[in-house]
Amino acid sequence: MTVYYTKEHEWLRVEGNEAVVGITAHAANELGEIVFSEARDPGTTVEQGDSVAVVESVKAASDIYAPVTGDVLAFNDALTDDAALINRDPEGEGWIVRMTVADATQLEGLMDHATYTALVG
Amino acid sequence: MTQPLLRTPLYDLHIELGARMVPFAGYDMPVQYPAGVMAEHLHTRAKAGLFDVSHMGQVRIRPRSGNIADAAHALEALVPADIVALKPGRQRYAVFTTDDGGISDDLMVTNMGAWLLLVVNAACKAANFAHVHKALNETCTVERLDGRALIALQGPAAEAALTALNPAAAAMRFMDVAEMDLAGVSCIVSRSGYTGEDGYEIGMANEGAETVARALLAQPDVAPVGLGARDSLRLEAGLCLYGADIDLTTTPVEGALEWSIQKSRKPGGARAGGYPGARIVADQLADGTTRRRVGLRAEGRAPVRGGVALFADEAGQVPAGRVTSGAFGPSVGGPVAMGYVATDHAGVGTRLFASVRGRLLPVSVVALPFVPATFKR
Repeated sequence: MTVYYTKEHEWLRVEGNEAVVGITAHAANELGEIVFSEARDPGTTVEQGDSVAVVESVKAASDIYAPVTGDVLAFNDALTDDAALINRDPEGEGWIVRMTVADATQLEGLMDHATYTALVG
Repeated sequence: MTQPLLRTPLYDLHIELGARMVPFAGYDMPVQYPAGVMAEHLHTRAKAGLFDVSHMGQVRIRPRSGNIADAAHALEALVPADIVALKPGRQRYAVFTTDDGGISDDLMVTNMGAWLLLVVNAACKAANFAHVHKALNETCTVERLDGRALIALQGPAAEAALTALNPAAAAMRFMDVAEMDLAGVSCIVSRSGYTGEDGYEIGMANEGAETVARALLAQPDVAPVGLGARDSLRLEAGLCLYGADIDLTTTPVEGALEWSIQKSRKPGGARAGGYPGARIVADQLADGTTRRRVGLRAEGRAPVRGGVALFADEAGQVPAGRVTSGAFGPSVGGPVAMGYVATDHAGVGTRLFASVRGRLLPVSVVALPFVPATFKR
């Protein structure tokens, strides 16, 4: 199990051919109180960089971009009634979407924890 | 974007309080403090919020004759509100209209006894000043009060907090205006604001702003509130944001602002018309309009934001209008919005469909405001 990070402040926890995607604590803090989240329907194929979900805070709506190409498997249903879970536990219970990883070589272009931490200071 | 951002006299205080600053209408303004938008919004409705609105424009109009009625008559040539009947120590909401019947800004007008005080939107202040100066220069001196700050104290605990600094604040009623000393600073205080809550707006010379702000923040129930919560508060209160909910393309009648046109200025009134676009507005008052500003409440939890298209049918074939402001309403506990819809679909209870990210989400036309006003009338 390895966790990767993107410049757009998503994290991706890879388990075999699948991955769980969320936003980083830094991103959750920047967005402010999150009031709503939804993802593309299960079965939808998204290309790396496509919008795979949306997170809406009291300030604005923000797209969550697919860190890799793959198929959407599930949205975190716990967020339907409690989107603020993303603020409380952004890199754990507040995960957003589960998806397949179609091309593992795309992972090589993502950051590890140390690199991401250096990026956000 | 090479122009440096302007700062209000409270800039250092905002930084000290840990504000997150953002550019707004050419100023570096606090969008939120560490408490966050949601907490600041709820604190204002439960206790009292302190807002820096010093970026707004203030204009003094003095009649050259020395007779305030001359200034009032002159200003009525620019706004459909009754200014002549506005008594000393009273304030009123008004709009500047254009020859097309559109709105070039909304503003507050106060009769200060010997002069009129206008408070206009930050983004419009240069244009407004030029507009008023050109139209009134013959009968009045028109002066920008750039050396004055403005803060708002809003919420149910506002009266107690301000009364602690000067007991005279308690006797004021909604839209009353009085000059009083607060923490040793000479201020112009109005019992008004833009949140739907009881409260005050307090103007003073820039040098005194921090003293007054600190004295208010020292009161037990007062917390600083940024522009983020100011926007969700005014939206829940059903109040228009100029540039979003009203603009050059919307008339006062389309904007559901008929209440800002008093009887004396409507057809048949003592001083009917006489403002830019008066004929168009009069026709609309008589015949209605093809669209109208309404409140919108989404059935789901997804916020429906400004710019979203509205349809009359679930298939999205029949256009019905457009959302102009929308957000999550912390006091409502769900999404709230305003927008313009075709009059056929403007009745309270009408079900419409908002196009959000390719889906058509059901919304209902509802009466404004979303949160009842608590003004001390």
